[in-house]
Amino acid sequence: MAAQEVLTASHVERKAKKKPAKRYWEETENTEQNKPTEEESKDEQKQKPHTEKRKKEERLLSGKEDPFPGEKPIPQKQLRTFQRGQKHKVPARAGPKLKHAITSSESLSELAQKQAARYGLLLPEDAGFLEGDDGEDTCTIAQDDIADAVDITSGAKYFNLHLSQFGPYRLDYSRTGRHLLLGGRRGHVACFDWQTKHLMCEMNVMETVNDIKWLHTEAMFAVAQKKWLYIYDSKGVEFHCIKKFNDVLRMQFLPYHFLLATASATGFLQYLDVSIGKEIAAICTKSGRLNVMTQNPYNAIIHLGHTSGTVSLWSPNQKEPLVKMLCHRGAVHSVAVDKTGTYMVTSGLDRKLKVYDIRAFKPFHSSFLPAGASCLSLSQRGLLSAATGDVVQVYQNVWGSTPVSKPYMAHRLRGQVCGVAYCPFEDVLGIGHGQGFTSMIVPGAGEPNFDALDTNPYRSAKQRQEWEVKALLEKVQPELIGLDPGLLSKVDQASFEQRHKERVEVMGFDPLAKQKFKPRMRKKGRSSAGAVEKRKRKVAHEDQRDEIRQTVEEKMKRQKEQKERSDERKELEKKSALDRFKK
Amino acid sequence: MKVKVLCRNPDDYVRETTRDIQRVPRNYDPTLHPFEVPREYTRALNATKLERVFAKPFVASLDGHRDVISCITKHAKSLSTVISGACDGEVKVWNLPKRECTRTVQAHEGFVRGICSRFCGTSFFTVGDDKTIKQWNMEAPGYGVREEPINTILGKAVFTGIDHHQREGTFVTCGQTVDIWDEQRSSPVLSFSWGVDSFSSVRYNPVEPDLLASCASDRSIVLYDTRESAPLRKVIMQLRSNTLCWNPMEAYYFTCANEDYNLYTYDIRNLDVPVTVHMDHVSAVLDVDYSPTGREFVSASFDKTIRIFPKDKGHSREVYHTKRMQHVICVKWSADSKFIMSGSDEMNIRLWKANASEKLGVLSTREKTAANYNKKLIQKFQHHPQVRRIARHRHLPRDVLKQKRELKEMKEARRRKEQNVRKHSKPGSVPLLTEKEKHVVKVVE
Repeated sequence: MAAQEVLTASHVERKAKKKPAKRYWEETENTEQNKPTEEESKDEQKQKPHTEKRKKEERLLSGKEDPFPGEKPIPQKQLRTFQRGQKHKVPARAGPKLKHAITSSESLSELAQKQAARYGLLLPEDAGFLEGDDGEDTCTIAQDDIADAVDITSGAKYFNLHLSQFGPYRLDYSRTGRHLLLGGRRGHVACFDWQTKHLMCEMNVMETVNDIKWLHTEAMFAVAQKKWLYIYDSKGVEFHCIKKFNDVLRMQFLPYHFLLATASATGFLQYLDVSIGKEIAAICTKSGRLNVMTQNPYNAIIHLGHTSGTVSLWSPNQKEPLVKMLCHRGAVHSVAVDKTGTYMVTSGLDRKLKVYDIRAFKPFHSSFLPAGASCLSLSQRGLLSAATGDVVQVYQNVWGSTPVSKPYMAHRLRGQVCGVAYCPFEDVLGIGHGQGFTSMIVPGAGEPNFDALDTNPYRSAKQRQEWEVKALLEKVQPELIGLDPGLLSKVDQASFEQRHKERVEVMGFDPLAKQKFKPRMRKKGRSSAGAVEKRKRKVAHEDQRDEIRQTVEEKMKRQKEQKERSDERKELEKKSALDRFKK
Repeated sequence: MKVKVLCRNPDDYVRETTRDIQRVPRNYDPTLHPFEVPREYTRALNATKLERVFAKPFVASLDGHRDVISCITKHAKSLSTVISGACDGEVKVWNLPKRECTRTVQAHEGFVRGICSRFCGTSFFTVGDDKTIKQWNMEAPGYGVREEPINTILGKAVFTGIDHHQREGTFVTCGQTVDIWDEQRSSPVLSFSWGVDSFSSVRYNPVEPDLLASCASDRSIVLYDTRESAPLRKVIMQLRSNTLCWNPMEAYYFTCANEDYNLYTYDIRNLDVPVTVHMDHVSAVLDVDYSPTGREFVSASFDKTIRIFPKDKGHSREVYHTKRMQHVICVKWSADSKFIMSGSDEMNIRLWKANASEKLGVLSTREKTAANYNKKLIQKFQHHPQVRRIARHRHLPRDVLKQKRELKEMKEARRRKEQNVRKHSKPGSVPLLTEKEKHVVKVVE
């Protein structure tokens, strides 16, 4: 073996003297060097000393240099998306154990962040887009043209259902985006796989339908009917009639908490835990009819819009709103929150469309829509759809630097729009209106790459069952709903007083309280009430006396010092220049 | 007009045949995975609960001895062999996987006080109350051949413990003196004594085999160097230590099992103060043995429980007990660090898992990953009150619990009294002593 190695080495050395053949990467390297992006150039500058050093060290066995030394740099932007919180610095006085713990955990999290960022390369799909020709406005492009231009399966995603009898319609897509639920005002309820157009059930509940919502899977849905809340399965069999939930107008389902939040005409916000069938909280909001409701998908806070123009934020753990914001002059028509929980879009009777930063509770910008917007919906990639009368407009760059002015797309429908919703993981906007349902193609709306362990549109029945069990096992308890969902991972820096108060509450007594003096029971007639009192008086205020004694002593000491000092000064003052001639 | 609409080919996302595994495309974007922390916390809580659910540490009980088991030793080479000695002078060799006794020897008259295996694993030594040291072949004699020791040494006094050198043919016994023997000779090569009448245990240092430590009945722990003629130094404690064990990885530490219900880990470089005081037992601690990793040790106590302590923690992480187990006399940690053997008063040797909830046998990769993930989760959320409460809870027998409470009260009373004494005496005359400083009387060079 050794002889062979020597042989090959000498062989290579001889060959290395020849001029190396031109390689495919030499050109590409040059082009890369010609136009590096700003961030990459920054990275390169940082990494340069490293790479140079490595170049000297790392020579291939053949003697050639590695053209791409080190690992591939990752763009900062990509890294930042996977960053979780700030880095911990090792405190100056940390011992070796703490130092090791911090540095090792930091390096691990950095590795995880890098690996996750690198995984972006393996994502199979790219997002959709729509670009007009020169001078062509994208909002003038008709849906028919788009459907003709794209492939046949995508084109089939634009369709109309003419249901003029029982409208207007509310709609809801399931979390995977495969199933669609339609609920007509006059009792028509239907659910189907909208891509294959396979009808799962269709019925008329013979009552007013206010709202409909899928529960955690496509096997169950909730219908808010005229009086009570009903739960049906996907075949249309009535499971439950929940009479505790009456006059429900709007519903939201919190998928990670298995909570169905309902807002009623009587002003109650109620939470139903669908995994155990219990009412978790019933909150009287004291603000009248609640017909504007949405959830913040980032922290499961419910946003309610009121006729006074305020938007209030609710969690099931508090009877008062967490936050109340005055957003509009006049009633709030619709509220939508983006999936990162950073922005809230509201529209109101004052025909304004406002964008708020709800982490800082600050208005971002506002714009005036001549007709006002009745329904708002945000897509996974941040497209905003606003329904005004019988027109649905889609806006891009809602949280850009300037307020929205021109729509990205627009579509006119036959009747008044009652509900809009984006289909998750698809470039599709569903619109429920007076004359039925329209599925509209909005390129660039949906998240192109789904995570199959969370929501998988292509899952089999077995996978769904498996997912259901896992999801139920890690159901988040409703007590953990709060404005900051990451609060649990932060250090609890409660003050001593607060911790002491909690301790007293748990233990039922104050362990640090001073025990009251209880005189010993003495025999031989020395425990008469008078004698006991006398003995008590002896030790009464003992601690106070100690304190007083101490302070008095200190005071005396200080006075003494002062006196000494003043004496010295006086003596100095007494001394005159003539003293030396005395005696 | 340029347009692209999301359109997925289902063939890329669905498995081709039913014999294939399901395709699971991932996307690690944090915005697609909200409630990261609360969900992880829920998982950690579940993992903690499951750990307690699966905590079934008892593996097997080996019965066959006809008297109290006085000592156990591991085979130096074979994981599956264990040798135990009883108070009726009987020595039994056990096969652990089969859970049966392979050989029985009537070794001594009276107690078998100590057993040790030779480093090569071909023979073992026993000492007994009949003042003899016997060397036995590890192989059982052929059919019809009588059990005979290879070698028998008659001593002058009763031997109470024995330990063999790691690499050479010398061994050490203790009794009234600590004697170093050569296997070839019938009289001790060296004999140490320091004005005390008897020793209860002696151990070679596993890394520096010239160093020895022994527990004496005059409440002291004595260190020796076999290259010198006199003992090195001794530390006198308030109560007697029963046994000691060296940490096999950091061999400058040893832990001794004391009569005052505590265990003390000492650093031989500084014997004035123990490094750690391990408290939790509610009766005298009789035996101690380190895990081969040196991270943990197990202790056996008169209170009918076994406890596992991390080497640098003051309290135990685990307690094992059964209804039938009586005073535990001896305990050993197996050489693969997965099991614990305990010998007790009611003539049984019990085999326990070192990690109560660990699954035995071959694990699939997914099982291993899941176990590791759960372990990390529990570690991450260990300080959350809910998780901590579940992870710390151990069921204790009624009387142990009662005694624990009683001890707590006694300790509190003692503390209160000391405080009162300090309050009413001249400042500085009653010094504040830490728990570590309280138990050492003095160190003699």
